[in-house]
Amino acid sequence: MISLAAAASTGEAVQFWLLGIVAVVGALGTILMKRAVHSALSLAGTMIVLAVFYLANGAYFLGVVQIVVYTGAIMMLFLFVVMLVGVTAADSLKETLKGQRWLAAGLGLGFGILLIAGIGNASLKEFNGLGEANAGGNVQGLAALIFTKYVFAFEVTGALLITAAVGAMVLTHRERTERARTQREQSEARVREGKQVPPLPAPGVYARHNAVDIPGLLPDGTPSELTVNPTLRARGQIRDVSRESLAELKALERRSEDWLGRGSGEQPEAPPSGGASPKEHKEGAKK
Amino acid sequence: MNPVYYLYLAALLFTIGAAGVLIRRNAIVVFMCIELMLNACNLAFVTFSRLHGNLDGQIIAFFTMVVAAAEVVVGLAIIVTIFRTRHTASVDDASLMKL
Repeated sequence: MISLAAAASTGEAVQFWLLGIVAVVGALGTILMKRAVHSALSLAGTMIVLAVFYLANGAYFLGVVQIVVYTGAIMMLFLFVVMLVGVTAADSLKETLKGQRWLAAGLGLGFGILLIAGIGNASLKEFNGLGEANAGGNVQGLAALIFTKYVFAFEVTGALLITAAVGAMVLTHRERTERARTQREQSEARVREGKQVPPLPAPGVYARHNAVDIPGLLPDGTPSELTVNPTLRARGQIRDVSRESLAELKALERRSEDWLGRGSGEQPEAPPSGGASPKEHKEGAKK
Repeated sequence: MNPVYYLYLAALLFTIGAAGVLIRRNAIVVFMCIELMLNACNLAFVTFSRLHGNLDGQIIAFFTMVVAAAEVVVGLAIIVTIFRTRHTASVDDASLMKL
């Protein structure tokens, strides 16, 4: 690994082009995915690729820290907040400023061209390589620098971290200012409101589906949305099985009757709209 | 391989992140784009470190990571607080100080 000297090998070039494409795709996914969870996962992929690049560039300590801190801690914190916030916080698609999206894309493109043209003008030939600097070990080298040349920045970083931790606690902590309502008060309020006095009905269809995302059926066979968790309702993840499973059952019965030979001499398949007609045919055939 | 390719990649990632900050309006996604920009800078720092053959670039990248961690903690706390009071995470709706 110390041979990461001046010239980079062809292996590294292959690795760069393969993983570079993954990194760019992940970055594009971050800004183009509609759901925040997908954005977070794309960004985690990009960060893992960057960790590999750090390792390839001789920054062994940073590569490991990138995986532990970024993909391990920061992205999981993001996912945690998405879980807290994201359910009802869909990105609205209507534009507040007219043409803002295209203007932003154009500005981004111009900025990118400017940046890449600037880099293209620089005359960079070869890596000097970290062989000398990493000779006593990468971590040892970094430690020697942190605790001598950069010791003041290191101290200030400690103060920053403490401030951030205290700030996060102050911001998210909520003091309860009023007394919690007792069960008696809650039930009295429920009766006075008069909307839903008994407990909410349970989801699921008896003896067939008892998953929480399947609404229970009312006496007339229509699904009742009240039985499904409001979070699933907000996400639009209600699975309505009653109608399609009834149609499936009907088709199965018809096919089995065909198989048993009772339905001989009739059309092989009837459209679902005329579901009642085959039965009449069959009854006529029996007679 | 020329070191400039790593810098091109860093510039590209930074540009994508900047465009994302301008385009997206979900505060959490905007925050992720800022993280992407910080990561792109880190890649450039690490590349420069190898280019010049000393470890100072890696030290700066390390400090960037620490600052990014602190920033994420405070920023996400702010987003959660705004969401609690206003029931939205869209950056358009946080307009209390608008005249």
